[in-house]
Amino acid sequence: MQTMRTYLEEHPFFEGLRDEHLELLSGCAKNIRVESDEYFIRTGKEANYFYLIRHGKAALELYHPNRGPIIVQTMHAGEVLGWSWLLPPFQWHFDVRAVEFMRLVALDGECLRTKCEEDHELGYEILKRFTHIITARLHATRIQLLDLYNG
Amino acid sequence: MNHADNPLLPREFRVSKIARETHDSFTMELDPAKGAKALHFASGQFNMLYAFGVGEAPISISGNPGNPRTLTHTIRVVGPVTKALHGLGIGDWVGVRGPFGTNWPVRESMGKDIVIVTGGIGLAPLRPAMYEIMENRGKFGNVVLLYGARTPNDILYEREVKKWRSQFDLHVNVTVDRAAGKWKGNVGVVTTLIPNVHFDPYQATALICGPEVMIRYTVIELRKRGVASENIFVSMERNMKCGIGHCGHCQLGPHFVCKDGPVFRYNQVKRLLDIREV
Ligand SMILES: Cc1cc2nc3c(=O)[nH]c(=O)nc-3n(C[C@H](O)[C@H](O)[C@H](O)COP(=O)(O)OP(=O)(O)OC[C@H]3O[C@@H](n4cnc5c(N)ncnc54)[C@H](O)[C@@H]3O)c2cc1C
Ligand code: FES
Repeated sequence: MQTMRTYLEEHPFFEGLRDEHLELLSGCAKNIRVESDEYFIRTGKEANYFYLIRHGKAALELYHPNRGPIIVQTMHAGEVLGWSWLLPPFQWHFDVRAVEFMRLVALDGECLRTKCEEDHELGYEILKRFTHIITARLHATRIQLLDLYNG
Repeated sequence: MNHADNPLLPREFRVSKIARETHDSFTMELDPAKGAKALHFASGQFNMLYAFGVGEAPISISGNPGNPRTLTHTIRVVGPVTKALHGLGIGDWVGVRGPFGTNWPVRESMGKDIVIVTGGIGLAPLRPAMYEIMENRGKFGNVVLLYGARTPNDILYEREVKKWRSQFDLHVNVTVDRAAGKWKGNVGVVTTLIPNVHFDPYQATALICGPEVMIRYTVIELRKRGVASENIFVSMERNMKCGIGHCGHCQLGPHFVCKDGPVFRYNQVKRLLDIREV
């Protein structure tokens, strides 16, 4: 049987992380499953977790008053979902729905923040990884603004 | 030189079928006049389509090279010529010159993986390559098609793309910039699909067609994966007049897009990709 430690170790987000840090993170992690079409993140709600996607696909949605939910990004196995747990006010800025059945590892934001405060080396590792994700997302959004397919 | 062999004189074709693709594009099938020869073509080539009394525009051939009797073109309505072509009905005449230009290196890539990256109307010039690959499927490694569109309503050849997606020997990923809640596919720019897709970058040929800005970002991602620039092929567009390398209208640096292109090895054009109309 796979332990939480191996799930973390195998996920690309934690590639190269030191053993003792993986051990610390395991203490903040739990497995969750989400049924297809279920919302597991809601705008304005407290952002207590971030998620490593192990299986399935999620849709990030923004709600438009006239047009209803608009999907602005989809995310897949191997990706990391959510950075709102990192900084105050610790609130989600979008809804997330499972497009298909999903298996995820949920990492408790508060637990993680405490561990990062205690161990700045771990904090720096986590921050570096999130910065990479945020930068990639910003870059993709900028490219999207160019209206890539319209000549 | 008789009339049929003069590349400057259009041959008459009759519209035999019209299908709406999206809000601004349609596919048109053309049959040669009775007794006239079929136009044999290779994937990636284009024809100059002449709307009588209005003018000509270069349009890629989007049908099956294995069935040259029917000429298929998918057209996005942007200006006078494409508008006039859109106004035609079954049985109307269209002037055709061609086929012109270079082709996708499909045969040359046998034994390798194929990665096709395209966006919007760019799928049209690549559909003949897809047909060719599918007809010789056993001769290629992994075949990947990454296709981006603005919204789900802007996807070309929807039924065909769905069929390709369901095939176990093709990896087809469609992505849109935004979608309503019902959409089950991907959302995000097409370039974000490249890092996670399965192919051997050292044994792959990449074929790209889309606006230049899409080409540029796609090349960056393919290069990051390790695809060598000599194995990347791009289809370029420039305004055209003669289509046969005489008038210089379509010049791109030292090349004429109508004759040396539209399909270029990326190496040939990489320094010129920033140049707009020359
Ligand atoms: C090799 C080659 C293959 C092509 N294949 C196809 C094809 O398969 N299907 C297809 O629909 N088109 C294709 N095109 C593009 C097509 O030739 C042009 O859209 C053509 O100029 C249309 O003529 P028009 O008289 O309708 O519009 P124009 O008067 O030439 O243009 C009207 C307006 O549309 C803009 N415009 C022109 N071309 C484009 C474009 N490509 N994208 C966005 N805006 C544009 C112009 O800037 C102008 O503002 C191809 C071009 C080349 C060079
Ligand atoms: S269109 Fe005349 S040289 Fe290319």
